[in-house]
Amino acid sequence: MKKNANAIAKLKLLISRIVVYGILIFLTFLCLFFFYLMFINSSRSNAQLQAGFTMIPGGNAMKNFLNAWNDGSINIPTGMKNSFIVAICSALLTSYFSALTAYGTYVYNFRFKNAVHLFILAIMMIPSQVSTVGFIQLAYKYHLTNKLWLLIIPSIAAPAVYFYMRQYLEATLPLEMVEAARIDGSNEFKIFNQIVLPIMKPAVAVQMIFSFVGSWNNYFMPALLLNDAQKKTVPVMIATLRSADYSKFDMGKVYMLMVMAILPVMVIYTILSKSIIKGVTSGSVKG
Amino acid sequence: MDKSRKKEKKKSISYAKWGYYFIIPFFIVYAIFTLYPQILTIYNSFFEYYRDGLNIIGPRFVGLGNYAKLFETNTAGYVPIVRYTMNTAILWVIGAVPQFLVAMLLALFFTSTRLNIRGQQFFKTVIYMPNLIMASAFSMLFFTMFSQVGPINQLLISWGVVDKAINFLAIKISVRSLIALMNFLMWFGNTTILLMAGIQGIDEALFESARLDGSSSTQVFFHITMPLLMPIFIYVFITSMIGGIQMFDVPQVLTNGKGTPDNTSTTLIMYLNNFLGLSKNYGMAGALSVLLFIMTAILSSFVFKTIRKK
Repeated sequence: MKKNANAIAKLKLLISRIVVYGILIFLTFLCLFFFYLMFINSSRSNAQLQAGFTMIPGGNAMKNFLNAWNDGSINIPTGMKNSFIVAICSALLTSYFSALTAYGTYVYNFRFKNAVHLFILAIMMIPSQVSTVGFIQLAYKYHLTNKLWLLIIPSIAAPAVYFYMRQYLEATLPLEMVEAARIDGSNEFKIFNQIVLPIMKPAVAVQMIFSFVGSWNNYFMPALLLNDAQKKTVPVMIATLRSADYSKFDMGKVYMLMVMAILPVMVIYTILSKSIIKGVTSGSVKG
Repeated sequence: MDKSRKKEKKKSISYAKWGYYFIIPFFIVYAIFTLYPQILTIYNSFFEYYRDGLNIIGPRFVGLGNYAKLFETNTAGYVPIVRYTMNTAILWVIGAVPQFLVAMLLALFFTSTRLNIRGQQFFKTVIYMPNLIMASAFSMLFFTMFSQVGPINQLLISWGVVDKAINFLAIKISVRSLIALMNFLMWFGNTTILLMAGIQGIDEALFESARLDGSSSTQVFFHITMPLLMPIFIYVFITSMIGGIQMFDVPQVLTNGKGTPDNTSTTLIMYLNNFLGLSKNYGMAGALSVLLFIMTAILSSFVFKTIRKK
């Protein structure tokens, strides 16, 4: 009798495992299918693409790549260069200055310390679109459209990154350590740069990755600010692809351009997926 | 005693100024690039101020005129802001409902000791990936896939499901479904990981004792997991809503900014974007931004509460 119940329980577990793995495999398929198709199609010639659908690579990848890379009307090398400049500079500035600000409100007991902290938390939730109208107006007024630094400098004030850094400091930096460094006679900036920053390395790294990905993918603001072909970033170029006369396009090249837009982030993700996934949870509230 | 206290006080004062030095770059940049533009946005919302060809009209003070104008019926016979708010809400809901259901299920699967799922790292890596993909490129990819000459139509024709290519972008339901599908794919992995962390934060002993009491897994879910997960669930849910209000890249690129068919997939930010195009209608854009801000602020106040509680 008991043996029988045991067998039933085992069978039940087996069935639920099969169902669960089935669901997981289906979702995995759904997540990868479109990207797989994109990679396949980027290796096929326009004629092959018109001919029909297949899951097998076409052997035309190099030609498509060269066509895409050398296309003068889209100019993807310039776009990638611009995107890299904006993304790398933003990543460096946002992580360094957020760490600096978080350290400032965490370690020092100045008068408005708590008010400052709460203020930053409050502005964290204001969507960036609210400032967009004024931002665009000012950019046009002072002739600052098509200036890449205008997309970079604002990342110094990133409330969400500040919040993350502050939580990290609270969890990892003992104040005694700062005291000890002071006794050794270091000045405050040196303490931050040489002692605190190395401790914050994991947090800085995670935020740099997220910031890089965020600016690499950013479309709304760059699309409003950049209209000079020499200054456009990749997402703006991808969007112009959509508005161009579609029927005349070599589709193999179009797929290749999308691959080029996505690939840098995909490469970063394959290398760092573990720490990125960890970073997703540590940034938000914990119970 | 008194002396040492004095000394301590002096010490903290002498370091306090460093606090200001450290936070000053943040606040200078914030004031110039965020706060001042925000104030300007609000200020603009009370003025008629736009470009008509080469002429610049205004700025002329119109009070709440721009706000009133936002709620006027247009020539096509509908109130744009009402329609676009509804569009945004519908697009968010049909993406978010499956997103949260699937994420909740997966979070339960992954944390279940009974099921003991293997390959978790692999599955998590895969389902989170779409979140990092450039939304505009992802949307462009969907456009090419579902275009009339794209692989999906080729597939449907070769299978004999349809005999003529479907123009997915001309059908309301299919455009909305595609946008929702993309949003679902981009966000369910992220939600899964956050909910999972929430479940893992619940004291293991509670599950243990419930199991010893002979509670079923449904009982455990409704009486232990869900109530204790609630703060995090609400946080993730409202953050998702705020993200929904800001929906832009996906529908913009998929429909080439037109919100086809007949503006049934135009979102609020696409509407804002139209005001900032050639017409540079700072007045109307300002008024719309203020409304967006109010909507978001109401939702954010809930999030702020959950953070503060911690």
